[in-house]
Amino acid sequence: MTIASPIGHPQRLAPASDPVLEIKNLSVDYGYDDDPVHVLRQVSLTLGRGEVLGLAGESGCGKSTLAYAATRLLPPPGLITGGEVLFTDRSGVKTDLLRLNDTQLRASRWQDMAIVFQGAMNSLNPVYRIGRQIADGIRAHEPKTSQKEALERAAELLDLVGISPDRLRSYPHELSGGMRQRVMIAMALALDPQVLIMDEPTTALDVVMQRQIVEQIAELRDRLGFSVIFITHDVSLLIEIADRIAIMYAGEIVEDAAALDVYNKPRHPYSSALLHSFPPLRGPRRELIGIPGSPPDLSRLGGGCPFADRCAFAFDACSKVNPELVFPNVPGDDPRRSVACLRHDPAAVRAVGEVPLPVPAELSLS
Amino acid sequence: MRFFLRRLGFYLITFWAAVTINFFIPRIMPGDPVSALIAKNQGRISPDAAEALRTLFGLDENMSLWDQYVQYWNLLLHGELGTSFAYSAPVADVIAGAIPWTIGLVGIATIISFTLGTLIGSGIGWRRGTWADSLLPISTFFSAVPYFWLALIAISVFSVTLGWFPASGSYDRSLVPSFSWEFISSVIYYGTLPALTIVISSISGWILGMRNMMVTVSSEDYVTVAQAKGVSERTALFGYSARNAILPQVSSFALSLGFIVGGTLVMEIVFSYQGIGYYLFTAVAAKDYPLMQGIFLVITVAVLFANIVADFIYGVLDPRTRQEG
Amino acid sequence: MTIDTSIVEEGQELEKPSQAPMTGVVAAAEGRRRGKPRKFLFLRNSKAVAGMVILGFFLLIAIIGPWIAPYDPSARSDDILQPPSWEHWFGTTHLGQDVFSQILVGTRGVIVVGFVAGILATAIGVIVGVTAGYIGGLGDETLSVLANVFLVIPQLPLIIIIAGQLPTVGGVTVAVVIAITGWAWGARVLRAQTLSLRRRDFVEAARANGERTWRIITAEILPNLTAIIASGFVGTVAFAVLSLITLSFIGIGNTGEWNWGTVLYQAQSQLALQRGAWWWFVPAGLCIALLGMSLTLINFGIDEFVNPRLRSTGLNARSLRKRGIRPRIGFTPVVREAEETRA
Ligand SMILES: Nc1ncnc2c1ncn2[C@@H]1O[C@H](COP(=O)(O)OP(=O)(O)OP(=O)(O)O)[C@@H](O)[C@H]1O
Ligand code: SF4
Ligand SMILES: [Mg+2]
Repeated sequence: MTIASPIGHPQRLAPASDPVLEIKNLSVDYGYDDDPVHVLRQVSLTLGRGEVLGLAGESGCGKSTLAYAATRLLPPPGLITGGEVLFTDRSGVKTDLLRLNDTQLRASRWQDMAIVFQGAMNSLNPVYRIGRQIADGIRAHEPKTSQKEALERAAELLDLVGISPDRLRSYPHELSGGMRQRVMIAMALALDPQVLIMDEPTTALDVVMQRQIVEQIAELRDRLGFSVIFITHDVSLLIEIADRIAIMYAGEIVEDAAALDVYNKPRHPYSSALLHSFPPLRGPRRELIGIPGSPPDLSRLGGGCPFADRCAFAFDACSKVNPELVFPNVPGDDPRRSVACLRHDPAAVRAVGEVPLPVPAELSLS
Repeated sequence: MRFFLRRLGFYLITFWAAVTINFFIPRIMPGDPVSALIAKNQGRISPDAAEALRTLFGLDENMSLWDQYVQYWNLLLHGELGTSFAYSAPVADVIAGAIPWTIGLVGIATIISFTLGTLIGSGIGWRRGTWADSLLPISTFFSAVPYFWLALIAISVFSVTLGWFPASGSYDRSLVPSFSWEFISSVIYYGTLPALTIVISSISGWILGMRNMMVTVSSEDYVTVAQAKGVSERTALFGYSARNAILPQVSSFALSLGFIVGGTLVMEIVFSYQGIGYYLFTAVAAKDYPLMQGIFLVITVAVLFANIVADFIYGVLDPRTRQEG
Repeated sequence: MTIDTSIVEEGQELEKPSQAPMTGVVAAAEGRRRGKPRKFLFLRNSKAVAGMVILGFFLLIAIIGPWIAPYDPSARSDDILQPPSWEHWFGTTHLGQDVFSQILVGTRGVIVVGFVAGILATAIGVIVGVTAGYIGGLGDETLSVLANVFLVIPQLPLIIIIAGQLPTVGGVTVAVVIAITGWAWGARVLRAQTLSLRRRDFVEAARANGERTWRIITAEILPNLTAIIASGFVGTVAFAVLSLITLSFIGIGNTGEWNWGTVLYQAQSQLALQRGAWWWFVPAGLCIALLGMSLTLINFGIDEFVNPRLRSTGLNARSLRKRGIRPRIGFTPVVREAEETRA
């Protein structure tokens, strides 16, 4: 079963040689005590310049945690326990965001990487006019800019996202949910950032508004050329907007591939199940099935594959080894895609003295 | 605007309620102590004043309750609060002499305490999980002791033992009140210890309140957004966190004002500071009911007024109230 | 003394739906903790435990105080104004009375008035608050205004003018007067909570099923208000204790009945300060502070229960510093502790 590119945007797989953000082995705990939850365990993810990367997974799998940790905005009791977040600026200089001191980090924020939070309802300071809030961000980085200039730029930004500039003098409570979301996007674009992280920017909105905003983001991206990490649990939305999709499960990336590849030929049992739990956007209807069971409790993960309890293809080795991201064991696959499943990793299975099983047909579509 | 009108209406109701309570209390009390007192003070109270007292305390048996009530309001609105037995002077005059002292002392000390406490609370709430948290148990202790007891301690340490400050009074009695530097400095000198005591005893409430609000507000997304924007620590702390945390702090200022005023009044007693509280105390001791009731009304009005001011400030601080209606 | 923990835990659920999305994170954290045995969770809060231990101590003294007091608190002796000694732990007064015995005997008065006033005021608060929140409309409006009026009117002066005009003022009378003036705070909080509960699904469902109002209130609403009622009760007790002591201190109330305030009243009127007799007023004040603190601590415990964000994170500042962790909003601490097993 293969369908054409759903909304027909060109398939652009950014060359891995031009990454703008590389998250390497990022580990995150919740809790400062001696019994923390290891929410992220050595997660690696690369965002290419100009690319839209979708991050999908069930609620609670750690998508927001990943986004916040990569920007070091994770609130207490979050704790980054290891890894690197390398940012490459336009001139090719790499910096590890996790090693910056406060001043450097402040300077880098919003300029290099801006973030739109999950739930823009609470992202705006209720007691300031939105113009001031946008201007605050601008002036923090360009102290020489006068308030007036900053407000003028804020007006342009609002215009960019389709809000009338006289809304500058509005307070957040005077705006609708969709408008606030756009204001947040405008605010995020204020300093022309190279990376824009959006954490479920549309979940709270109705379908029409969702569509508008997604299209707007796609359009702005084409115009301004920033890279996007777009987080959602709605995979079908990602197929439309993302170039590449990373699927997350229980604090780990389990599959990472071009958007259409994920859609048409998922390699991980979880990706496949996830796709079947949403109605397809276009093309033939397929049967909707929820994923049986519920995500594991991150505080009590064993050593095996975290998906084992719910996996239709689980076998003996699955309770013994936690699979690593490897190239799928399907001939002819895009060499840049990867999957974390023992069905694709016979070597790891043999290493624990088990017998590897072949990749099932559902996971080796071509 | 609607917001302010509503609030104003509420304060009018409260004022009416306070007056009505004042009207009924002597009328439902068993016994008739006021008549006896009037009789006892016959020579010292003019017949007119005695008449006013009869109305205020409902001694005219043959007047209907409603007429009494109307007449009561009539007297009040003319500033007639009766005659003090203890001071043989109109209650209004006694209060007028005392109130500037109380407003000066309690007002200034409360504002200092609120400002400082809010600042410290912001700091503690912002830097949670650091040494600053160890201030919490101390604040808890201070918020649990009665103000007047701290006053006793302050006097025994700073006046009796160290002799730094006078133990009682509001200015050097050998001076004649005037706008001279000598007199003013004496007022400041005498007021320092009571003011310090008020600040120390009331500040912990503000610290704790603000700390809790800061903790709550700091976990709001907009504070994280502020940090994500890379604004300075100061802007994030004051412009985003504290700026929002102060809203409930202002409302609780309005609500706890009555409590604080009550506590500080008793402190005046300990310091023999000639403010309203001191007179209330002497009125209680001398069973001077007109003075007691007059003072209660005046305190209520003052607290209401302070509430109106707090509401106004709240309205200025929070755009959401302004937009209503 | 223990508090029925299962009830207090309900309160925890109560807040959640109203929390902002980001605190869903915190709520989730709670979910995790909930995996562990939930019994006596409230009792694991060290603040609450400390508060209850101290309160328990005073309750005990209130019961046995008069029996264990070494002297008759009013009995005069020749040991006039003696500083603390083995015979008189807290020294003696100008009449040679034993301050320690006065405090022991006086504890009962304080506790009785505190609890009677607390119970009465809480009862009024629950009736007014829940009714207002449940019936809504004009009735709610009226009751709210009533509660707010009582909140704004300065309580202590009001208590003074009421108590000051009563011919005789015993402990219970004072308790009643305090309750009449001090119920409003609890009513206000309860009203707000009832209002939001009323819109919850389970209450709506009960109403749709035609359950009787009385049953809905007792079976669906009140159990969910337990934490708030408890904290209101504790707060009112603290307020009542302070009021009683203040009233006694300014000489309102029966001075024949001992309580900590009357001890202070005598100390003040007999110029203990000027005579340097610190032992006369320090112990009573410390007792008030301790009792007040215990109540505050219990309330902190309840608050942190209901609002997990307030928890002092259970953090040990020293161990955090050692690991280089400074918990802050917006700057997640980075420690290099995770083992790296992947390339
Ligand atoms: N303070 C905390 N303490 C313990 N665990 C936490 C804490 N905050 C979050 N978690 C856990 O971390 C995991 C990841 O949460 P996260 O918010 O990143 O999920 P998400 O993928 O963004 O979900 P959603 O789609 O609902 O936004 C969850 O399982 C959650 O239970
Ligand atoms: S490793 Fe095993 S359990 Fe995990 S996804 Fe693959 S087949 Fe399923
Ligand atoms: Mg999320």
